[in-house]
Amino acid sequence: MLHFALARLTSLGLSLVVASVVIFFALEVVPGDPAAYMLGMNASPETVAALRTELGLDAGPVERYFTWATGLLTGDFGISYTYRTPVAEMIGERIKVSLPLALYALALSTLIAFPVGIWAATHRGKAQDMGVMAATQLGIAVPNFWFAMLLVLVFAIGLRWFSAGGFPGWDAGFFEGMKALTLPAIALALPQASILARVMRSALLDTMGEDFIRTARAKGLSRRQALWRHALRNALIPVLTIIGLQFSFLLAGAIIIENVFFLPGLGRLVFQAISQRDLIVVESVVMLLVVAVIVVTFCVDLAYAAVDPRLRRRG
Amino acid sequence: MRTLLTGAVIAGVFVLGAIVSFFWTPHDVEAINIAAKLLTPGDGYWFGTDHFGRDIFSMILVGARVSIAVAIVAVGIGMGIGIPLGLTAAARKGSLLDEVIMRGNDLIFAFPALLIAIMITAVFGPSAVNAIIAIGIFNIPVFARLVRGAALGLWTRDFILSARVSGKGAVRISLEHILPNLMSLLIVQGTIQFSLGILAEAGLSYVGLGVQPPTPSWGRMLAESQTMISFAPHLALFPGLAIVLTVLGLNLMGDGLRDMLDPRIRRVRA
Repeated sequence: MLHFALARLTSLGLSLVVASVVIFFALEVVPGDPAAYMLGMNASPETVAALRTELGLDAGPVERYFTWATGLLTGDFGISYTYRTPVAEMIGERIKVSLPLALYALALSTLIAFPVGIWAATHRGKAQDMGVMAATQLGIAVPNFWFAMLLVLVFAIGLRWFSAGGFPGWDAGFFEGMKALTLPAIALALPQASILARVMRSALLDTMGEDFIRTARAKGLSRRQALWRHALRNALIPVLTIIGLQFSFLLAGAIIIENVFFLPGLGRLVFQAISQRDLIVVESVVMLLVVAVIVVTFCVDLAYAAVDPRLRRRG
Repeated sequence: MRTLLTGAVIAGVFVLGAIVSFFWTPHDVEAINIAAKLLTPGDGYWFGTDHFGRDIFSMILVGARVSIAVAIVAVGIGMGIGIPLGLTAAARKGSLLDEVIMRGNDLIFAFPALLIAIMITAVFGPSAVNAIIAIGIFNIPVFARLVRGAALGLWTRDFILSARVSGKGAVRISLEHILPNLMSLLIVQGTIQFSLGILAEAGLSYVGLGVQPPTPSWGRMLAESQTMISFAPHLALFPGLAIVLTVLGLNLMGDGLRDMLDPRIRRVRA
């Protein structure tokens, strides 16, 4: 297991380095000068040059990459070109909304999908199973931002149970904060729960067809006992993979959903940064999200190597 | 077969609508008519009008054209680059080239389509082409991994061994023997990626990273309807339903094709 973890850790480090190079240099080819853009058309060349020096833009791209990358390691993401405040502080403020939203949606998606998937598998071929399959097929087809708008129409505008948007801040209390994130989290969770429920169902059905389940049944276990005691643990491997993959979709999806609910998260920050050509903010937010995806994938690899020892040998 | 047929009929309606929109729409999609703004569905305007008095039904027809075009080209990019990469990786299994291709794929997987679109937009500005590139890049590792995995299984088969014995090289074997045997798998995955492409295009256009005005797109129609949803919900209803039905149709087609083309699944279902 240690060898497997070390190999994965090396691969993780390499992926992070390559990702940072790709992100930095992809955004470095931007036509136009951020300093000139910030100062407007009437700025004198001397003022633009002075700002370029102040922002560190007159150094070569390789030198700037190393400054940026080493800064990332120490939590110094640089200074926003537009707001002149540390990018790390801006991200720190916004991640307090985006991360809880993604985790809330992940928890909801898992809580819905597990029982639904197991229920469908235990009623295979019956009306309940077909109902779940039809509902999840529809759930996968619904764009989360449209579902979010329908939720606002019903629960915010119609029933007035929730606000239609905005975030009161965690200072207003944990309950108020979670309440503001509830509709966005439901909107994000629905398609993911549909996918996860289908994976759970098919993984369980596949496992129930395996020889070791037949042996368990032959030893006198009922179908239900075999499912709960043996099949569920083995079916978890593909389900864990999908949960890991979903986290990246949820973080990216959160960026879109934040726009529906006017939430002050990373999504709003990155779109503002694009319109203001604040590239250092765009680079840092994209890098942060990619790091999250790579690290979560690494954790999932380790988790299912722990669940299934056969996977460790494959490296 | 029933699933495939249902899906094909639903998706076919939208494809037909997209084709028809090249020759005919009930109203001009770019014509502004403030006197007819925010009309509810009814006479003359089947799905009502928006805040500029534009006909929503006509916009949905033209929007279908945009969504389908973006998704098809994005799948084409994914297949055009991903399939050769997957075939090469499988033919050179265990080599440095295989390792480089697969690690490269892992890296692209770490960038959801939205992040790629954000980076491209930050550099070149928003446009439909950028949406196509972003979704296309995201599709590359999907096809590369699928092809490599399936091709590895084929490389151990007897008919490939006979081809090698007859003196055929890796490229010829990949093109003449491996690729034709992967067609059913590719058709199924292509359908799935096509439906995901429609969803992704709608999402990108919704946040302003995709198709730009005045070209209608389902995602942007939803974004424009958002502030008016309390008094004109029909603005959000029809584009949303168009996305759901198209994606649902394509997904059903994908499921149906898989059932039809993969005997193993047919046996399990039975």
